[in-house]
Amino acid sequence: MNQSDLVRTEVEALVETVQVKTHFKTARGVARAVDGVSIQIRRGQSLGIVGESGSGKTVLSRSIMGLLPRNGVIRQGSVRYQGQEISEHTPKEMRSIWGREMAMIFQDPMTSLNPVMKVGKQITESLRMHLGMSATEAMAVAEKLFRDVRIPEPTRRLNQYPHELSGGMRQRVMIAIAMACGPNMLFADEPTTALDVTVQAQILELLSEQKRDRNMSLLLVTHNLGVVAGYTDEIAVMYGGKVVEKAPTSTLFADTKMPYTEALLRSIPRLDQPSHSRLATIPGRPPDLVHPPKGCLFAPRCAFVRDLCLNEEPELQQAASPDHTYRCFYPVGSPEYLERKVELTRKGEFVATGEVS
Amino acid sequence: MAGTGKAHLRNSDDVLLRVEDLVVEFPIGRTGLKVNAVSGISFDVLKGETLGIVGESGCGKSTTGRAIMQLPSPTSGSIVFDGTELTSLSGESMREARTKIQMIFQDPISSLNPRRKVRDIVLEPLSIWNRGTKAEQLAAVDKILEHVGIDPQRAAESQPHQFSGGQCQRISIARSLVLDPKMIICDEPVSALDVSVQAQVVNLLEDLKKEFGLTLVFIAHDLAVVKNISDRIAVMYLGKICEVSGSDDLYRNPAHPYTDVLLSAIPVPDPTVAVKKISVEGEPPSPVSPPDGCRFNTRCPNASDRCRSEEPTLREVEPGHFVACHHPLFGGEAPVAVRGN
Repeated sequence: MNQSDLVRTEVEALVETVQVKTHFKTARGVARAVDGVSIQIRRGQSLGIVGESGSGKTVLSRSIMGLLPRNGVIRQGSVRYQGQEISEHTPKEMRSIWGREMAMIFQDPMTSLNPVMKVGKQITESLRMHLGMSATEAMAVAEKLFRDVRIPEPTRRLNQYPHELSGGMRQRVMIAIAMACGPNMLFADEPTTALDVTVQAQILELLSEQKRDRNMSLLLVTHNLGVVAGYTDEIAVMYGGKVVEKAPTSTLFADTKMPYTEALLRSIPRLDQPSHSRLATIPGRPPDLVHPPKGCLFAPRCAFVRDLCLNEEPELQQAASPDHTYRCFYPVGSPEYLERKVELTRKGEFVATGEVS
Repeated sequence: MAGTGKAHLRNSDDVLLRVEDLVVEFPIGRTGLKVNAVSGISFDVLKGETLGIVGESGCGKSTTGRAIMQLPSPTSGSIVFDGTELTSLSGESMREARTKIQMIFQDPISSLNPRRKVRDIVLEPLSIWNRGTKAEQLAAVDKILEHVGIDPQRAAESQPHQFSGGQCQRISIARSLVLDPKMIICDEPVSALDVSVQAQVVNLLEDLKKEFGLTLVFIAHDLAVVKNISDRIAVMYLGKICEVSGSDDLYRNPAHPYTDVLLSAIPVPDPTVAVKKISVEGEPPSPVSPPDGCRFNTRCPNASDRCRSEEPTLREVEPGHFVACHHPLFGGEAPVAVRGN
């Protein structure tokens, strides 16, 4: 292998989606939950998917993992894992990928663990199944995994049922199960939403430590921009089933282009603001995925909307810095944006963050 | 020294709610054990003030909110609301008193009856209490609905499932306002909502508070939200109050190590701010057998032998800022208490 090959393999994506569409047939018509999403995740890299409820972020991660039902779901586009097309794999074929190559942890650790099975059994099950270990071997590995995810008294904990563990402990068990077969790719779907803020910080710390130690890739799905800021290399903001802005984390925060991303950031109450600050809001609600609006999906809620936005849908645009794309005709900082911002500020409708009402 | 002190209570004519030595315990079956949900806390709320109560799951913040409403009645302690001792009321007089204190819950969708029309849900409190004629009631309901940003026409025709989570929370707020209460207890009212919608509901509560002259008790685990809406904040841990302070002071200058831990655990939406190393390990101990001394001593980075044996009481470290800690982050060591009383 020569030098250029080496560089190429390093840059090549571990997981890549090209124009993935996942549409659900509903009584009201076809809901476009994910509508043409292309993302790449490189080995050892972490990507954050951020969006409001109904933006398609969870459906996207499940589409990649092949965890959606076959009936009533229209799937298009390509999902590649290590260059291999997996979007057409049957569940039986996916079994060689689930666990060993890709694993997932879910939001609610109570409902994703089997309540009538000891947690030790739940973790050794996949070890014996995928790696063909004996019961004793698997138990020893499980104990080590529990130690890795900082579960105190692992030997005792292995013999307990999920209800005997706290929420944070259960999420640690979920992470240990996901790590059991040494996956290359971990999907974490709102892993900390059900947890307390102190425990959330511990779990996020644990995830990024595991990612580093195992050179694993991480896809972190969340609605909290604060969570992704500290723990991801790249962020994709989703809205109405599409990626509306994607950039390396520091670029996204420093040079936000999409008014939606800006509005999301501004609506987070910040600790450095005095109390009773007026919070910026996004009026209205996310688009109807069965009858999406014409033009830009965010236009009906956007403070910077113009006629063009209501009639034509913006394509992905390339920003000044590489790897930064967005979908907007009048991005943050453009002359039209600034003109409107002056107008809104004069009318008192654009409150600078930190202003006291 | 059973309680956590009352140094922070204010002597003012404007006190609307005063809670003293509140204890709530739940027995566990016939084991003789009990869950010590709230273990002797005291606080007060002035008219027009917003008190925020923060803490992790299981710290007793929701139980405190419910105990004020006598749902269920506390094990012991006194709750004086607007000059009336609520714990001694019963039956009809308690029902009457509850019209003055209303509550909003975390899950807006499950707190509304799914089979009824939204306008009827908001109307029900008025018809129960026979306030005015039917026409007057409907007019009042429509006015309130408009106030919270819900179209009355649509409310008359639709059921809760036809509204989004944020709209359902607005409907809950309308229902709580319709009896013209003096105080609203908000129990995690925005934690189930998206961040953009969360901001809408917080702004709405601020507006309504001014318009209707309300007093709020705002219970939540999200400190950023609590800070924004509150005038004063009480931090709870395992059934006790650790720290009470004006909200800006608390954030600028936390005195209790636990408050500091809570603050540092909040993820900051800014990648240039380095993620702080969390100085706390593990999770809160079980409220069935809370630790002796200071309840935070098992996780506290500053814990000493004194913390393991002697319970700290609330004392003032700067004007209006009270902390229950032997070794606070500022304000000096707690004076050693005189024993044997």
